[in-house]
Amino acid sequence: MKNYWWKILTVILLYYTLIGGLLINIPDLPNLEETARNLFFHVPMWFGMIILTTVSAFYSVKNLRIGTFKNDLKAVEFARGGLIFGVLGIITGMVWANFTWGEPWSGDPKQNGALIFLLIYSAYFVLRSSLKDEKQRGRIGGVYNIFAFATLIPLLFILPRITESLHPGSGDNPSFAVYDLDNMMRMVFYPAVIGWALLGTWIISVRVRIKLLNYTSEV
Amino acid sequence: MKKIIGLLAILILNTVQAFSQATDAEMQSCFDLRASGKIYVVITVIGIILAGLFLYLISTDRKVRKLEKKIKK
Repeated sequence: MKNYWWKILTVILLYYTLIGGLLINIPDLPNLEETARNLFFHVPMWFGMIILTTVSAFYSVKNLRIGTFKNDLKAVEFARGGLIFGVLGIITGMVWANFTWGEPWSGDPKQNGALIFLLIYSAYFVLRSSLKDEKQRGRIGGVYNIFAFATLIPLLFILPRITESLHPGSGDNPSFAVYDLDNMMRMVFYPAVIGWALLGTWIISVRVRIKLLNYTSEV
Repeated sequence: MKKIIGLLAILILNTVQAFSQATDAEMQSCFDLRASGKIYVVITVIGIILAGLFLYLISTDRKVRKLEKKIKK
């Protein structure tokens, strides 16, 4: 129970998200209509990605300071998980945009920023695979990971806000104010973010353990 | 552990509150509409898919744990 309570919490939170997300009454927003329910599924992908990449950057810092194999391994796997969440976010975003903004890719600054971030982030794996020495891979990869993570803030939060964007929270749009009117949506949204991020962490932790086993059996 | 139970209790209470709010007339009509729209079928389908994926993940998790124990020996 001590170690797996959060796994139970993941299951509970995601079922809560599913049932609450599809059943609660949502405000009748123009254009969005029922698609506003994507707030519980599409948006947590991005929040999840931010959480997972933050953890990854944390382990990269730890790896640079202490330099153990385990920290580097965690940094890589959390980065991979974050990237997968981001890819899912961009695909679901395109589906959603197709039916609300009229086309899957409208060159919206937040869409572009997210894509640029994903490209920068995937270069982390390219860089790693190009280095053969394990220690070098961990150190150089770690430095790159921290810089790649740092680009997230201007690309996803600052640039879309200072230009016109279709996403909420840009130009003169309020960010969550539209949804904030409805406390019911908030009550599903926050647990949804935690639930999806925990699911990512769960899958990542299994992958980390497999790789650790692989490593210990080789040594 | 006590903190976790406390958190869970808050969550469950919130759900209860959410559904009790749904009793006023406006919400009721919304719920009926959902029923006639067969949204519960969708929830059941996604629920089953989630259950399957969770079971898959749990079994993978257990297999890794067994391997960990085996290698420790």
